Amino acid sequence: MRSTILLAAVVTTALSSTAFAQTVGVSWSNFQEERWKTDEAAIRGALEAAGATYVSADAQSSSSKQLSDIEALISQGVDALIILAQDSAAIGPAVEAATDEGIPVVAYDRLIEDDRAFYLTFDNMEVGRMQAAEVFKRVPEGNYVMIKGSSTDPNADFLRAGQQEVLQAAIDAGKITIVGEAYTDSWLPANAQRNMEQFLTANDNAVDAVVASNDGTAGGAVAALTAQGMQGIPVSGQDADHAALNRIAQGTQTVSVWKDSRELGREAAEIALALAADPEASVEGQVEWTSPAGTVLRSKFLVPVPVTQDNLPVIVEAGWITQEALCQGVSGGPAPCN
Amino acid sequence: MTDTTSGDSSKTSLARALQLDTRLLGMIGAFVAICLVFHLLTGQRFLTPRNIFNLTIQTASVAIMATGMVFVIVTRHIDLSVGSLLAVCSAVMALVQVWVMPQLLGLGIGHPATAPLAILAGLVVGTAIGAFNGWLVGYLSIPAFIVTLGGLLVWRNVAWYLTSGQTLGPLDPNFQLFGGINGTIGVAASWVVGALAVAASLWFMWSARQKKAGHGFTVKPLWAEAVMMGIVAALILGFVAILNAYQVPVARLERIFAARGETLPEGYTEGYGLPISVLVLIAIAVAMTVVARRTRFGRYVFATGGNPEAAALSGINTRLLTVKIFALMGALCALSAVVASARAANHANDIGTLDELRVIAAAVIGGTALSGGVGTIYGAILGALIMQSLQSGMAMVGVESPFQNIVVGSVLVLAVFIDILYRKRSGALK
Repeated sequence: MRSTILLAAVVTTALSSTAFAQTVGVSWSNFQEERWKTDEAAIRGALEAAGATYVSADAQSSSSKQLSDIEALISQGVDALIILAQDSAAIGPAVEAATDEGIPVVAYDRLIEDDRAFYLTFDNMEVGRMQAAEVFKRVPEGNYVMIKGSSTDPNADFLRAGQQEVLQAAIDAGKITIVGEAYTDSWLPANAQRNMEQFLTANDNAVDAVVASNDGTAGGAVAALTAQGMQGIPVSGQDADHAALNRIAQGTQTVSVWKDSRELGREAAEIALALAADPEASVEGQVEWTSPAGTVLRSKFLVPVPVTQDNLPVIVEAGWITQEALCQGVSGGPAPCN
Repeated sequence: MTDTTSGDSSKTSLARALQLDTRLLGMIGAFVAICLVFHLLTGQRFLTPRNIFNLTIQTASVAIMATGMVFVIVTRHIDLSVGSLLAVCSAVMALVQVWVMPQLLGLGIGHPATAPLAILAGLVVGTAIGAFNGWLVGYLSIPAFIVTLGGLLVWRNVAWYLTSGQTLGPLDPNFQLFGGINGTIGVAASWVVGALAVAASLWFMWSARQKKAGHGFTVKPLWAEAVMMGIVAALILGFVAILNAYQVPVARLERIFAARGETLPEGYTEGYGLPISVLVLIAIAVAMTVVARRTRFGRYVFATGGNPEAAALSGINTRLLTVKIFALMGALCALSAVVASARAANHANDIGTLDELRVIAAAVIGGTALSGGVGTIYGAILGALIMQSLQSGMAMVGVESPFQNIVVGSVLVLAVFIDILYRKRSGALK
């Protein structure tokens, strides 16, 4: 028995050292969310174009399962790992195990607090700034509600910080009052809706604008507003979910900051392959960046695009959404739904 | 056990000569089959020392709780709150480590008393909550299903409130030793432990035989005893050999040496050996088996499970017994929390989510009957191992997650069905 195992181990090592084709493992935190399918397709496409193999695992929103998943991926002999972390701190032991095996780690879209990881994401501060700026353009004075993301996701705080930057001057001048602010547990729309309902009740509906951190939470907020007949006040979001783009066409949401996840996926695959070939390789556009917790890591930030009623055609032309899906139930709306 | 098929095949008679539990054999057979299938499907990567090492540390947390769940289910109760209890214990222990000790008491990070005090605090909290659950069930006669369903919500959110939902960490370095890969005892010590385990089990088997013979019971033939002893010794030493064969990666060795201010000697290698978390599991398994078979408490548990009314009428204080069983379950949740949080090196808010289902499934796959009175500790651990092998194996093969859960769910139902068929045939169930 034991000799078979050893023999198998020897054979596997021999194979993996002689093979040229690289394997990249991707550990997803939660594949139930629709958006990751797009990312997966982009990563897979870029890897296959480079002649590499794609393997993956889904942690189903459990940080302990993600740890086991990554151990399994390492056992499969991957040359590089792309990790969408469920928990930025609890992923630490997994990163350590990978680095011990000399496997580079790309922190995909969500920060990993570890200086050995390469952090690739859209500039989330910038996303937050764009969200607040678009809402602020329409409501320069009044009562704001801030619907934040999940408290375990560091992006939630980057977004919030970006939003604050834009609004700070108006808050200091007393023009804007934040009448409600809450984290949305697990980014769940139902939780956002509940929070929004509470804020509306607490303020007797005296709310003029909602800065929501993504389209899911925006959807929850809009549902709460609609229940009070208040739909149409400015609401921000991000991710360019199809439902959110439709809301923009209908006029119930103001902006969705679009982070083209196909671009993110492609970049991640290319960086993973570059680091697998040479762990110290320098990637175009790479910067040294310090996280809020003080970790210095190699990072690359992609620039997002704010989608509003003014530039809806752009997103259709990019093939992100069909015109039919975008304009469903919209008549006489903005281009291209007119 | 009356055998209705009257053992016409030579296999059954061999098993009978060795006095093997055929049910256990079936489970081991299923486990081996699962492993072999995955080994083939993954290009011979499943049964490598590394993956076997991973499997053992991945199983430890659920298996520890499953041993306690056996007692709970045997007495015809259920505990749906174990995952939440684990989260509370983990939260309390994390708070002791990152807040109470270093900040409140000003002892700084890495004080030697931190880990023991944290574990003690976790055990106290776990036992207290467990006893409280048991009191609600035993003395107030609220059904265990309801008490622990409520507890599932209550304790998960107490944990959330305690930590404000934040991830607490990194945990104390000594505490992290219980997490698996960060705490192994090395090759030499593993062999020593293995040899001691072999000696202890051989002595135990021999003395049990002597005792039986002394009371005039028939014992299995000497050759059968020798074969059994050989198998047990081979299994223990083989297990140690496999874990020892998993080499510490060079980069990790370099880091360890660098931390000590030394450089790694050329060609130096080191095996991992037994993880402390697995030693904890083995110790608990042995202790729980002894409790189940050799103590009054254990006999009361099985007697009450078999027939609660008769047990109560014969003078067993079944109410107090319920409190004790749930308190024990709580203490095991705390130990499980040590292993789970140390493995992640952090306390995360989602720790232990859905563990109650894994634990119950492990106990049930392991042959614990929900109708009460029947169950074994080793069965539950094997059940946990089978579940984890399925999950890890499917993750390695790259089965899509919906199918992973569909398979695990189906296996659970199938296992119980086979168990019912087996009991019907063996006459234990009409």
